[in-house]
Amino acid sequence: MVDTDDRSTPRDPATGAGWVDPPPRMGFFTDTSVCIGCKACEVACKEWNGVPTSGLDLLGMSYDNTGALTANSWRHVAFIEQPRPAAASEQTDTTTQFLGMPQSGPPGRTGTAEGRNDFRWLMMSDVCKHCTRAGCLDVCPTGALFRTEFGTVVVQEDICNGCGYCVSACPYGVIDRRVDDGRVWKCTLCYDRIGAGMTPACAQACPTESIQYGPLDELRERAAARVATLHERGVPEARLYGHDPSDGVGGDGAFFLLLDEPEVYGLPPDPQVPTHDLPKMWKRAGVAALAMAAGAVVAFLGGKR
Amino acid sequence: MAEAHPVGFQWVMEARKRGAKVFHVDPRFTRTSASADTYLPIRAGSDIALLGGVVNYILSNELDFREYVLAYTNAATIVSEDYVDAEDADGLFSGFDPETGSYVQDSWQYAGHERDSGSGHTATERDTAAGLRHESHGAPIAGQVERDDTLQHPRCVYQILKRHFVRYTPEMVERVCGLPQEKFLELARAWTQNSGRERTGCLIYSVGWTQHSVGVQYIRTGAIIQLLLGNVGRPGGGVLALRGHASIQGSTDIPTLFNLLPGYLPMPHHAQHPTFDEWVDAIRHPGQKGFWGNARAYAASLLKAYWGDAATPDNDFCYGYLPRMTGDHGTYQQVLDMIDGKIKGYFLLGQNPAVGSAHGRAQRLGMANLDWLVVRDLFMIESATFWQRGPEVATGEIVPQECRTEVFFLPAASHVEKEGTFTQTQRLVQWREKAVDPPGDARSELWFFYHLGRRLREKLAGSTLPRDRALLDLAWDYPTHGPHDEPDAEAVLREINGYEVATGRPLASFAEARDDGTTAVGCWIYAGVYADGVNQAARRRPGREQDWVAAEWGWAWPANRRMLYNRASADPQGRPWSERKRYVWWDESAGRWTGYDVPDFEVTKAPTYRPPEGATGPAALAGDDPFVMQSDGKGWLFAPSGVVDGPLPTHYEPAESPVRNSFYGQQDNPTRKTYRHPVNSINPSPPQEHSQVFPYVFTVSRLTEHHTAGGMSRTVAPLAELQPEMFVEVSPALAAVAGLTHLGWAHLISARAVIEAKVLVTDRLVPLRVDGRVIHQLWLPYHFGFEGLVTGDSANDLFGITLDPNVLIQESKIGTCDVRPGRRPTGPALRDLVDDYRTRAGIVAGAVPPAVTPGVPVDQPGETAGERETGADERGDR
Repeated sequence: MVDTDDRSTPRDPATGAGWVDPPPRMGFFTDTSVCIGCKACEVACKEWNGVPTSGLDLLGMSYDNTGALTANSWRHVAFIEQPRPAAASEQTDTTTQFLGMPQSGPPGRTGTAEGRNDFRWLMMSDVCKHCTRAGCLDVCPTGALFRTEFGTVVVQEDICNGCGYCVSACPYGVIDRRVDDGRVWKCTLCYDRIGAGMTPACAQACPTESIQYGPLDELRERAAARVATLHERGVPEARLYGHDPSDGVGGDGAFFLLLDEPEVYGLPPDPQVPTHDLPKMWKRAGVAALAMAAGAVVAFLGGKR
Repeated sequence: MAEAHPVGFQWVMEARKRGAKVFHVDPRFTRTSASADTYLPIRAGSDIALLGGVVNYILSNELDFREYVLAYTNAATIVSEDYVDAEDADGLFSGFDPETGSYVQDSWQYAGHERDSGSGHTATERDTAAGLRHESHGAPIAGQVERDDTLQHPRCVYQILKRHFVRYTPEMVERVCGLPQEKFLELARAWTQNSGRERTGCLIYSVGWTQHSVGVQYIRTGAIIQLLLGNVGRPGGGVLALRGHASIQGSTDIPTLFNLLPGYLPMPHHAQHPTFDEWVDAIRHPGQKGFWGNARAYAASLLKAYWGDAATPDNDFCYGYLPRMTGDHGTYQQVLDMIDGKIKGYFLLGQNPAVGSAHGRAQRLGMANLDWLVVRDLFMIESATFWQRGPEVATGEIVPQECRTEVFFLPAASHVEKEGTFTQTQRLVQWREKAVDPPGDARSELWFFYHLGRRLREKLAGSTLPRDRALLDLAWDYPTHGPHDEPDAEAVLREINGYEVATGRPLASFAEARDDGTTAVGCWIYAGVYADGVNQAARRRPGREQDWVAAEWGWAWPANRRMLYNRASADPQGRPWSERKRYVWWDESAGRWTGYDVPDFEVTKAPTYRPPEGATGPAALAGDDPFVMQSDGKGWLFAPSGVVDGPLPTHYEPAESPVRNSFYGQQDNPTRKTYRHPVNSINPSPPQEHSQVFPYVFTVSRLTEHHTAGGMSRTVAPLAELQPEMFVEVSPALAAVAGLTHLGWAHLISARAVIEAKVLVTDRLVPLRVDGRVIHQLWLPYHFGFEGLVTGDSANDLFGITLDPNVLIQESKIGTCDVRPGRRPTGPALRDLVDDYRTRAGIVAGAVPPAVTPGVPVDQPGETAGERETGADERGDR
């Protein structure tokens, strides 16, 4: 099961999983610069996939009462209230600045960049990344997790035995066990819909095309163009996340356009598939085993002597 | 807009992707602000000061679209010399009658037309929310008017407007609204620069503007700006109302209002309209210019649709059967009448006043004093269970065992469980199919009313009492189908469209309506929606298969016209103002108007047409009078009638405000509607004493995650869990002042109620500096109540009842309160806390603050400012 390709040139994951002539790899491009935080994606996902409620707690994390991606939340809209970074606020001279949000006194009146407390409200709909090198898939002992012909990663609920190995293998903390049934659940990229030529529920419901679904190659081109446009329009902080096939997971099937560092959104800055070193480790273990065996042979041979 | 209308907001995002600049003005930083280019925090209730500032910016810099303004608005018209502006009278216009707290409008008329305001007195107009009638047309004026095309005459509208707003400077905007003048100027510059021949800008508002004691004048100010900039009747322009939920436009067109009949025909008033002829003449104003000359045909055809064979010209089409208004029968008056035992039964459909209406306690106490109450809803809502589980049960004010109201709860079908139409803000009527059968006993509204009528008629069959004739003579015959005898919704649409009585042929347009009983039309403005016997509202030709106006998607009233007054998209000579903004124009060679849309003009009337002396009706409108439903064909910068609280918008403070009006001695709208009833108290505002007892401003609105009073969202798990608890948003500064902690409890107190909520401390709220003081604003969602999966106290309980005088909408977007840490008291101690505050604020039960602020001179001396007893209604768009 372990994908042993060189990390700079990953094979198409579906082909790698044994699919012959698979359709193009499909994925999500989530453009957070147009997300309006409506959470229609969360609701559509739950409705279509029959995902149970994730609790009725007021979390106090801005408007985020979902908290995280869990077995019962396969889309999660994060809300980040933040003062505008000092570096960025210096560059926004005229067109796109927000009013100052000082603690008291008239807003926007303080003269220095330091004294300003310009405000920004970031929103981002997070989801399973459907990694090219999927740690969860690598470690699954039952074959419940599998790579689809679309290159996505899906759990088969009737096979999963709830061992939970995959939970610790996910570099993003996405896959999760459902407390009352023990099995793991996560985004399937609506395998049942895309197989029928439909758009996944979240992307279908998104009113602003923040969530875009399509062939990954196309999405990557679109995303690069969008970043360029934003840079032209004076949004230098726009950047892509998870689009790079040479990153620690071989690139994500669901990648993002962010307006700040990944950590701000609760994303790991440099995700690594934990099974990345497995070949090396197995090699070393093999060498060690051989050496041991050789030693034993030598010892026996020596003993006979 | 992103909060309450996320699906519509996709088009704002789309425009932004194409380079449009988005400004967002709101008391708090919302999801809309997060997606806007510029956010302007504003003190709730100060929008006329902001918009008036824009008007002043346009006029003092001469940035108006002069050619448009001169030709298409009433800027050049001369106003009566009797007119005195609020600017010269400390906030009151001429003609104020302190006895009724309303205006006599004679002095507001155009010069030479001083008698045209009819009775001139607007007290009855206010009681019957007469302003609503003007949704489809303007108020009357007759004959020709004096003009000064140089706009220099001191009494021309242009100069009056200029003087009226001259003190609405950037400095005053900052002082009153609390937003910095640079930000204001950025907004004013962007708005004006994006207008003219080549460009247009549109203005979008929602109930954040309407639910004020000066709500109509908010919209008026926006409309004045759009007229000055040439942004009306042109593509990309307009003033767009986002409705509170689906088909609110439809429920004013075919109204669920006490004062209107379908197509904006007024409900007859017992004293003003004793006969059919008097009623019709009050609508069509014989001798007047414009398109209301045919009102008799619309009225007769409506009655013919109601009473069928029984309605004949000889009996005035059963006009005598129509109910009559005797005054104010609006929601709030009704609730007070329920408390007083004057109303015995009540039907409640699609509304949850126990949570959604202002002064929830009054709503619940009223409904607890009925003989019977019928509630039809998708879920068991607070308005059906208040007698058992409401807050007044906890305080002992309602005792379930003794509550006299018998509640009948009938489950209703949702919009996907029945067929019918939605009419949206562009007047686009869209048919929808039934997707699934309603569960169990749930039935459509159509089913309910049809069978209710059928059963009532069966019970009364054989009655000889005259009072039963109106019901027995109704044309109550619709085809039904299915196991539950569901009436055919298309048959109803056909009747709305209208048909020829003899042949049954559906009418093609309202021009075919007759006043001789040969046509029956359910709603004249919808005539054409069933033209050729085809359900035009069900058309769904994709946009990619037609031009950008997409005339074959659904059907828009009137006459499938997608933009009203589109004659204004061409210049006076009939040429497009610019290639870029080409829409409807005069084709000289063909001798007719043409374009992408159905022209909103007589199609062969040339731009050069001038009416002959003495012409009336449509013939009296010139070839360059684009506002064809206005009686002078012009867009009204200045409204000589039709608006009861002033011909021009004026900044008045809300009925509850912590600050004094910086512009005028008159503090608040002198014509606002108040109710002198023991249950209704208003917190004191300056210059009254004790306003500091309620030092904070609070405002309420929606969250994306919930819908109105929560009946359709707090009951549904995937929505309920997204915003699971009632909360109040406060700034860090206010949290420090009031001792509030993030996620801790707070309770808010007004003269009406005390409610509790979890605290969210956030930088999205910011204290504002207003008139040299720091003003703290709090924000609450109004979705919560005591039923459903997630529950909480109702924010609307905090409000008192004060209404806009034009349409009787309640002021429920701003009030004052106090806030304290911790949970509220329970049981009788809760009322004790409110009483304590009332005592400290000097509130006397049943008293309302004076209409005219003490010290403001009134032309008729000897009157103490009108503490009036009045009553009212609101639009139901909550």
